[in-house]
Amino acid sequence: MDFVTRGFEGRRRGSDDRLPPGQYLTGDFPVLSAGPTPPVDHDEWELWVATEDGTRHTWSWDELMALPAESVTVDIHCVTSWSKLDTEWRGVSLDTLLEDVETAADFVMVHSYGGYTTNLPLEDILDGKAWVAFGYDGDDLAPEHGGPARLLVPHLYFWKSAKWVRGIELMPHDSPGFWEQLGYHDYGDPWREQRYQGD
Amino acid sequence: MSHPQQHPHRPGPPADWDGNLMAGPLSELFALDVTTAVVRCRGCGAANEVARLRVYGPEPGLVGRCPGCDDVLLRVVRTPDAIWLDLGGAASLRWPAESAGSEAQA
Amino acid sequence: MARAALPGGLSARRTWREARLVERRPESPTAVTLLLEVDGWPGHLPGQHVDVRLTAPDGYTATRSYSVAAPQDGDRIELTVQRVPDGEVSPFLADGLALGDSVRLRGPVGGWFVWRPDQPGPVLLVAGGSGLVPLMSMLRARATAGGKAFRLVCSVRSPADVLYRDELAALSAVPGVEIQLVHTREAPAGDPRPAGRLLAEDLSAPGWTATEGPTCYVCGPTGFVESIADLLVLTGHGADRIRTERFGPSGP
Repeated sequence: MDFVTRGFEGRRRGSDDRLPPGQYLTGDFPVLSAGPTPPVDHDEWELWVATEDGTRHTWSWDELMALPAESVTVDIHCVTSWSKLDTEWRGVSLDTLLEDVETAADFVMVHSYGGYTTNLPLEDILDGKAWVAFGYDGDDLAPEHGGPARLLVPHLYFWKSAKWVRGIELMPHDSPGFWEQLGYHDYGDPWREQRYQGD
Repeated sequence: MSHPQQHPHRPGPPADWDGNLMAGPLSELFALDVTTAVVRCRGCGAANEVARLRVYGPEPGLVGRCPGCDDVLLRVVRTPDAIWLDLGGAASLRWPAESAGSEAQA
Repeated sequence: MARAALPGGLSARRTWREARLVERRPESPTAVTLLLEVDGWPGHLPGQHVDVRLTAPDGYTATRSYSVAAPQDGDRIELTVQRVPDGEVSPFLADGLALGDSVRLRGPVGGWFVWRPDQPGPVLLVAGGSGLVPLMSMLRARATAGGKAFRLVCSVRSPADVLYRDELAALSAVPGVEIQLVHTREAPAGDPRPAGRLLAEDLSAPGWTATEGPTCYVCGPTGFVESIADLLVLTGHGADRIRTERFGPSGP
């Protein structure tokens, strides 16, 4: 635990409600897609991080597997209103991947095999908030759920957790990705019900 | 808490889906039946009836892809206060002249 | 165009550091400047901000972002904290933190809303209320970097809400610096400009049109920033010359 700030008591929010506004619980794991499941071989798989000055960091599948991985249990919330609590994932933290990256950028565009993109503030994939996840529910991540690896950013609506993650592009300005171009919110906080542009 | 809508989620690649599914959402935007239009892909140049597009969705939005190269040709999203349409992947849409004429006479 | 890296690699900027209060001074009836000494501070650029985290005895934490008010000065950073009525963190920082006490601090944060002294061209700063804080860091950096033309348009409710009042008065006498205060609710007695919302004519001035191509920095509440950015674009400033920072609600 962090050291205590002398004299600070704080004001706590009620912790009973785990469902953001407008969400309902689902027992299954619905599959929503904007395109066909891309066939990606471990041999061909590569993850890149590109900074705004063109520096590229890359990892092959074996290199990703050699990095320290974590098992995490998180709640996930889809913009189409279903939520799933206590989902179990295994993956490499973005803090690990971005450790040696030098950048002045504030935003990222995440790119997927198949062409999907989604934008996020860089802040929102750091500090234990995001993973490149390759395991779900004790097993390899299935292709229809984004396998071999997807981005996992549970504190935002799940369209930000890009399936079939391929690359992370650091950008100085925010720029809308695939769904954000078509009316979905640039940030997507389920607790403030930021589903659509203007929310 | 608002009452949630139940959506018919279809798992996996939509083998039984086709471009006719775009007809409904787009009927408010086009006077003519969009599924009879021929759309030319900006990527590979292939021309197909919208009815033949491979369609994904309807959530978070409808995406119509080229049956030849899988590029996105059309996208439609309905939000509570807007309809968003992206035709950027389509180089052109073409309807037969009779369909336009018959609408005017109807 | 390649951009120079920011001070400190990503991991240096993500580390929580101990920040000790060494001095506090009131800036206005509702705002206080805190001078903090931060172990191993990697340095920062004018316009950047920091995250401050407070921890209660049971482990509960509250984190807020504050813009750095003064340019780099070794291990010392200055934050100006505006007391938010019924706020959880700002009243504690403004009044509760004692000299010698520490908080956790991390940064610097922000890559776009920065002013580098080697950037060409004049600089137009537009502040709404406490949005003045990061712009003040830029104004103060100008003094040590010499020469560039700066114009600050600062929107406040009433004269009592002006931050850094004496310093702004002194700066307005410096050649190359223009300071314009806009009062929205209550103007000082005898002020030629009556109280009212900031309008296009408040922004424009001889030598400060889109033709001169200033880099514009706009900071304040979200609604303010968006209407000013719209006004600037409407009066011809390129969108790529306008940098904004919004002080919005930080979360649930």
